[in-house]
Amino acid sequence: MSSLFAPFRGFLAVFYKEALHMRRDSMAIMFALIVPLMEMIILGAAIDTNVRQVKTVVYDQTGIMEGTNPAPGSSQTRALLDRFRNSDTFRIYKYVHSEKELNEELIAGRARVGVEVPVDFDRDLLAHRSAQIMVMVDGSESAVAGQALNVASAIGLDESLRRMIPADALPAIDVRPKVMFNPDSRSPNFFLPGLIAVMLLMITTMLTAFSVVREKERGTLEQLMVTPVKPLGLMMGKMMPYFALALVELVILLSFMRFLFKVAISGNVFLLVLLSLSYLFVNLALGMLISVKANSQAEAMQSSMGILLPSIFLSGYVFPRDNMPAIFYWLSNFVPATYMIDTFRGVILRGAGFFQLWENAAVLFFMGVVVLLLAAKRFGKMVV
Amino acid sequence: MPAIITKDLTRNFGDFTAVDHVTFSVEKGEVFGLLGPNGSGKTTIIKMLTGILALSDGEAFVDGLDVRKSPEDVRLRIGYMSQKFSLYDDLTVLENLRFYGRVYGLTGKVLEEKIATTIERNALQPYIDRQAARLSGGWKQRLALGCAMLHDPKIMFLDEPTAGIDPVARRRLWDLLFDLSGQGITFFVTTHYMDEAERCSHLAYVYYGKLIADGTPDSLRELPEASPAGTHRFEISSREVTSALRKARQLPYLKSATIFGRSIHALVDDHVQADQIVADMASKGVQVEEIRPLVADLEDVFVELTVQRQREIGEVVNV
Repeated sequence: MSSLFAPFRGFLAVFYKEALHMRRDSMAIMFALIVPLMEMIILGAAIDTNVRQVKTVVYDQTGIMEGTNPAPGSSQTRALLDRFRNSDTFRIYKYVHSEKELNEELIAGRARVGVEVPVDFDRDLLAHRSAQIMVMVDGSESAVAGQALNVASAIGLDESLRRMIPADALPAIDVRPKVMFNPDSRSPNFFLPGLIAVMLLMITTMLTAFSVVREKERGTLEQLMVTPVKPLGLMMGKMMPYFALALVELVILLSFMRFLFKVAISGNVFLLVLLSLSYLFVNLALGMLISVKANSQAEAMQSSMGILLPSIFLSGYVFPRDNMPAIFYWLSNFVPATYMIDTFRGVILRGAGFFQLWENAAVLFFMGVVVLLLAAKRFGKMVV
Repeated sequence: MPAIITKDLTRNFGDFTAVDHVTFSVEKGEVFGLLGPNGSGKTTIIKMLTGILALSDGEAFVDGLDVRKSPEDVRLRIGYMSQKFSLYDDLTVLENLRFYGRVYGLTGKVLEEKIATTIERNALQPYIDRQAARLSGGWKQRLALGCAMLHDPKIMFLDEPTAGIDPVARRRLWDLLFDLSGQGITFFVTTHYMDEAERCSHLAYVYYGKLIADGTPDSLRELPEASPAGTHRFEISSREVTSALRKARQLPYLKSATIFGRSIHALVDDHVQADQIVADMASKGVQVEEIRPLVADLEDVFVELTVQRQREIGEVVNV
């Protein structure tokens, strides 16, 4: 038995000491508990990627909407613009009276979309000719532009069909879309599970990354090298208090996500926590590896950032992995957050169970063991 | 069997040889002082003996154990106090002691007993709940020594234990060291202080990685290199000690001269007497206030050894 625990000698002593450090270091606890919560509140409340209420300016040459000298028979124009107004996508905030004004609103950025209805719009329609309207879209925000174009085209298409098909006929093909798992397409449902994974990464990696470096700077590491403490005992002892802190933070973040932002957890929340354990483990081990390699706290900080940024951009947290070029898709396989975000979204949104997701946890655990052994090896080599 | 034996102990950092074939041995219960200027390899020697640094060449035995073959057993028998005192600033005195005790596998009753003994021996009782950061230098040093000795090591390594602490604390530490060495604990101490060196029972002097003297303080004072045949020493006092030194160096029979406080320690040919020096200095416009014969002290010895060594390796000498 003793030989089994021999590589972990000193674990309890280091654990005791690190727990004391953590208790004394109110800044670290603030950083670990409060900062992620603030990020969540900001992101949950402020970010909505669904395009709604795009500011739209209209140059209606027929004049019907304002009742200024309406051209004869302009009810067709009113019907079309009402479609725009009633869609959630556009918000008509101003009518202008010349093309110049229309352009100015767009250039100044006051309007994202400009609609111009020609004076003979009604006449053409009533004469069964093709009537044209112009929709100008500000392309500088591609998500807005894309959505605006789609909705504008859809309105045009729908209005055309209504005129071509007899009132009692059915369309030849009736597509009935059903969005599963996030039926309202709410942004918090998409972003918050990923955010939790990224926040956990940030606090665990950074806090542990500082811990060994701090001892190097203080000179206490040299003292520890003269004691019988083993590298694995030292590292595990340092990781465990932060492991506990990260678990507490996970529960807090999940609670806020569920009760403040109303993101329903479709699957089993205990399974979610269980599957997160190996993710916390790999992050803490990464922190250790950084810590063992770095010679100063500044260096440890930079390395932590070097891990954090790819985790944000490659993990699928912000940009869907399916859209990545092959090389980045391949690289994302080595980013732990990729597996955790998949697990979070799986359990929270899709209600997936253990048998759909255990592989993610297994990969993470394997990564954690590899990283920890690398760190231990490197640590052993510090006796040079 | 000696507590520490080294044979051709060598450590290279790239092309640089920090410790060059150093051989010495330290008996049990000795207070062994390792002296030398900064960067001469003292700390490197300690680090090799405590297993923090690997040996490049040679061998070292601590308490009879080969440091290369059984470093872990060596660690259980030694204590180490570094220059920085290696305490955790945010932990209290008691917590620091508990941590270092547990690191050595002490638990429960045994641990509490050892801690109680350490607190008593170092008079730490009033400070047990104070954070280490809020202790003064002398108390930090007592705590660091206590932490390093909780597990009853047979051999203690102290790397400049008195750097940056006040004279009273310094004196107290040395009293404690002698007290403990009387109980059979061996101390390996590095220092630059000559008064501390005088108190050691065994001294060694390293210069640029080479061991250039090894013996008791008395035997070192009598080294022929330090007091070459045909020379003797005078202590010469003068009001203008710096210009006096400059003038003294022009005397043809003067071997070396160094300022100590308000006087000059001069090594001269032994046919030259005090009267002649006073007269020669007067002819150069320097009035000697007092002159008396001097027995070489350790500082003279080390200065002499350093100068000779510098001549050997061809450095520019200015003594």
